[in-house]
Parts: sequence; C-alpha cells; structure tokens
Amino acid sequence: MTLSDYLDQFAELFATFDVLGAFWQIVRLTAVSAVVSFVLGTVLALMRISPIPSLQWVGAAYVNVLRNTPLTVIILFCNLGLWAQLGLNLASPTSQTFFEQNNFRLAVLGLSVYHAAFVCEALRSGVNTVPVGQAEAARAIGLGFLPTARLIIFPQALRGAIAPLGNTLIALTKNTTVASAIGVAEASALMKTMIEFRPDVIIAIFLTFAIGFVILVLPVGLVVTSLSRRLAVAR
Amino acid sequence: MRTRRTRLTVLAAATALVLAGCGGGDAETPAAGETEAATEGGSEGGAEGTITIGIKFDQPGLGLQDGSEYTGFDVDVAKHVAEQLGYGEDQIEFFESPSAQRENLLQTGQVDMIFATYSITDARKETVDFAGPYFVAGQDLLVAADDDSIEGPEDLEGKRLCSVTGSTSAQRIKDEYSAGVQLQEYPGYADCVTALVAGAVDAVTTDDIILAGLASQPTNAGKVKVVGNPFSEENYGVGLPKGSENCEAINEAITAMIEDGTWEQLLQDNVGESGYTPNEELNPPTPEPCA
Repeated sequence: MTLSDYLDQFAELFATFDVLGAFWQIVRLTAVSAVVSFVLGTVLALMRISPIPSLQWVGAAYVNVLRNTPLTVIILFCNLGLWAQLGLNLASPTSQTFFEQNNFRLAVLGLSVYHAAFVCEALRSGVNTVPVGQAEAARAIGLGFLPTARLIIFPQALRGAIAPLGNTLIALTKNTTVASAIGVAEASALMKTMIEFRPDVIIAIFLTFAIGFVILVLPVGLVVTSLSRRLAVAR
Repeated sequence: MRTRRTRLTVLAAATALVLAGCGGGDAETPAAGETEAATEGGSEGGAEGTITIGIKFDQPGLGLQDGSEYTGFDVDVAKHVAEQLGYGEDQIEFFESPSAQRENLLQTGQVDMIFATYSITDARKETVDFAGPYFVAGQDLLVAADDDSIEGPEDLEGKRLCSVTGSTSAQRIKDEYSAGVQLQEYPGYADCVTALVAGAVDAVTTDDIILAGLASQPTNAGKVKVVGNPFSEENYGVGLPKGSENCEAINEAITAMIEDGTWEQLLQDNVGESGYTPNEELNPPTPEPCA
C-alpha cells in the first residue's frame, strides 16, 4: 500500500461518516462537564478544608466513593438506574430528540460527579501549597472561614493547582468516550460504527481517532504547562 | 569482558525467542492441523492438535459462556462441523469474538474459524472468506409481552427503539420504515432488554434468532416476546481466513447436518423455548459454493 492509497481511505471515511460531528460532541461533553465538575469540585474542596467535622467527613466520603468507582459503572447507572428504573428525565419526554438530549445530560451528570472528586483533590493539593501563615493572618484581621477561603486561600491555591487541574481536564477529555456506553453519538461510538461497516480499512479508522484525540488534547497540555509556569507563586 | 559476552548471549537468545514467537503466530495456526483435517474429510478423531473457534460469549441461545461451558446454536453447529473436520470436542478451543474484532481475529490467525452471528456481506468478503450460510436470520422486533400495538417496523413512528452501538439494524428502521422513531443505543443487547423490561423503551431490534435467545432467558421469560415479522435477510456464515482450504469441507458438513435433521434439533434445543420458529421460506439454507 502506498501513501496515496491511505490518503484515499481517509478521504473516503471523512466523506461517508460525520467524523467532525463526533469530535464536536467530545468537545461539548468536555466543556460542559469541565464547568460543572469544577464548580462541584470547588464546593467539595471547601468542605474538606472547612473547620466543621461533619462536612469534612461528607467531602472525604464523596471523594473516596466516586474516585474509586469505575466511570462506566457511574455512567451506566445514570442511564439504566436513574433514567430507565427511577424515571429521571433530564429532557422533555415528548421532544423529538429526547434520547439525544437526555443521554447527553445524563452523560454530563455522570462525568461531572466523577471528575469533581479529582478536581477536589487537585484543589486541595493547591491549598497545601499555601503557607499556614496566610490563613492565620487572615483570621487575625477578623475574616471568617468563607471570606478567608475566597479572598486569601483559593486565589493562591488555584495558581498552585493548575498542573493537576490540567491533568484532570485531559483525563476528562478522553473519558468522554465512555458516554458511548449510553448511546451518546461521540467519537468512540462512531468508531464502532465505522469498524462495523468498513472492516477493510481498520488501520485508517484507528489512525483517524488517535490523531483526532492528539489534536484535541495536545494544546491543552501545552497551555497548562505554560500557565503553571507563569502563574506559579514564587516562594 | 566475560560479563559483557554473557549479556550479549542472553540478549541474542531473547531476541531469537521473540522473533520465533512473532513468526509462529502467523504461520503456524492455519497449518497446525487444518490442512491435514481437510484431506481426511469426515474421519473421526483424525486431526492432531487443536482448532480455535471464535464465538460470542454474551449472546444467550447462540453463543454464551456459562462457567467453563459454552452453550448456544452457534456453539453446537461449530462443534458439529469441527467433528466432521476431525476434531473431537476436547480439541476445540473457544475464543471470544466480539462483532467489531471478527475480521481482525481471522486475519491475524488468532482463530481458525468463526461462528458468531456473522452475516455474509460483500464488504467483509474483501478481507475474509465465508463458508455456509448455515442459518438465515431476519431483522425483527422484541416488545413487552403485553404490547399489541407494535406488529412490524411501520408501527414504530414516535416510539422508542433500542439497539446496539454501531449496528446496522436500528439505522435501517429509521431510514426505511419509521423516520420518527427515537433511537437509544447501548453497548450490548442485555442493556436494551433491561430498558425494555423497565418500560423505558418500547422495542428492541436485531436479528430474530438473537432476540429469541434473549427472550428464552429465564429472567426475561414471560416479560418479552418476539414479534415474528422478519423484514430483512441475514445469511449467517462461517468466517474463515482468506484462502482457507476448509471451506468445501465445512459446506459438506453443514449440508449433511441439515439433511439428517441435526440442524433442526439443535435449533429447537437452543431457542425453541421462546416459541420462535425461523423464517421457513429461507430456512434451512443451501450453502453457497466456495470462492
């Protein structure tokens, strides 16, 4: 096989299948889940560093349970458990595109609760880079727990947590492929379809998706590395 | 100096081993006993070594792993054909062949033949050979036992339909019958049946014999039924590596088992309990001549 044969195969695959649409779905899942899991993870991190033992316990329990459960199990539970068994609809049941919307939102739910545990731990590692003196000084000028966290601790902690947060984002990008387990039409679902219909060009199919993910993830890694250098708190 | 020489020897030996391993995987498997078996035809226990047969491990009624046992129609036909090729039951090794990996397993020589609801299509014929068909399935619908509103693919307008990711069957319904149908996709049919029993979807679609196998499972018995109105033709063949010499012998074995009634008996034993009968116009099939 010559190089031009391979190029023909790629052109054919792109013409027959909606490869860009599938990767767009990956981007959407990643973007929405990243925002939701960041918010949820921040709340969890607050709970874990708070002075209230019951909140600390809840935060620790959440992280330990969710972090140690396989993502496939969580996503499948969101669909077969929450939706099919318990009847939780996240979209209007009469909608023409009910499954598309509902499955997308269920997938975002599963991805977010799972990655929130990792975001929480990344933030907590950032908090550990902030010297205790900072918190003591904040208390000394009369700030309570929440103002201390918001004004003094988190701004510094975030700068120290850029690298682990970036790793979580990269993991999240690749983990969105698990959403195919509940029928979200993203890249890995399309890959299965392509293999089913075109088993004769399997190498080209694998390369398409490998390269696609490298294109998605590589810039994230580069940006995170440069940000973590530029924003590092010099101590 | 001495240690360096020893190291080099070890390295050379290791390299040789690795190379031998690589070569063996490709070249040995088809030669191991298959050619011998083909010449000996139907003689019992004639072949030496083992034969690796690819089957599904997760499809009740067709190919199902149950502890260390394998059951199902595909498995029984495979055993019967292997026997005709000269392999006793203890010489068969079953290997899991998920749909997406079937061509690959044959091309790399990891399996010698595949009996895994493998439809004969032109795209697949580009990379593998087929013997058979040994069964003609048709796409059908599985619905809740008390649902009389769905009698065929035309009744699915506005209903919720479940199938497996990457399968042709759900898309066919959307394209040819009911454009307004809503599609839910899962990795496996078991998930679809779970959703069907829970009432979250209205119907599951795939080949009728696969649905019959699911419906015959004890946990689903009485809760779901096969509609029995097949609307496509899927010729299940025996997947073989390109250029295999076994095709003729396998076709002879299939023809013989259809003629002596074994075929019908195996079908009855495996999926008969659901009340399912195959499409009688097309079954039992006549194997196509080998390429």
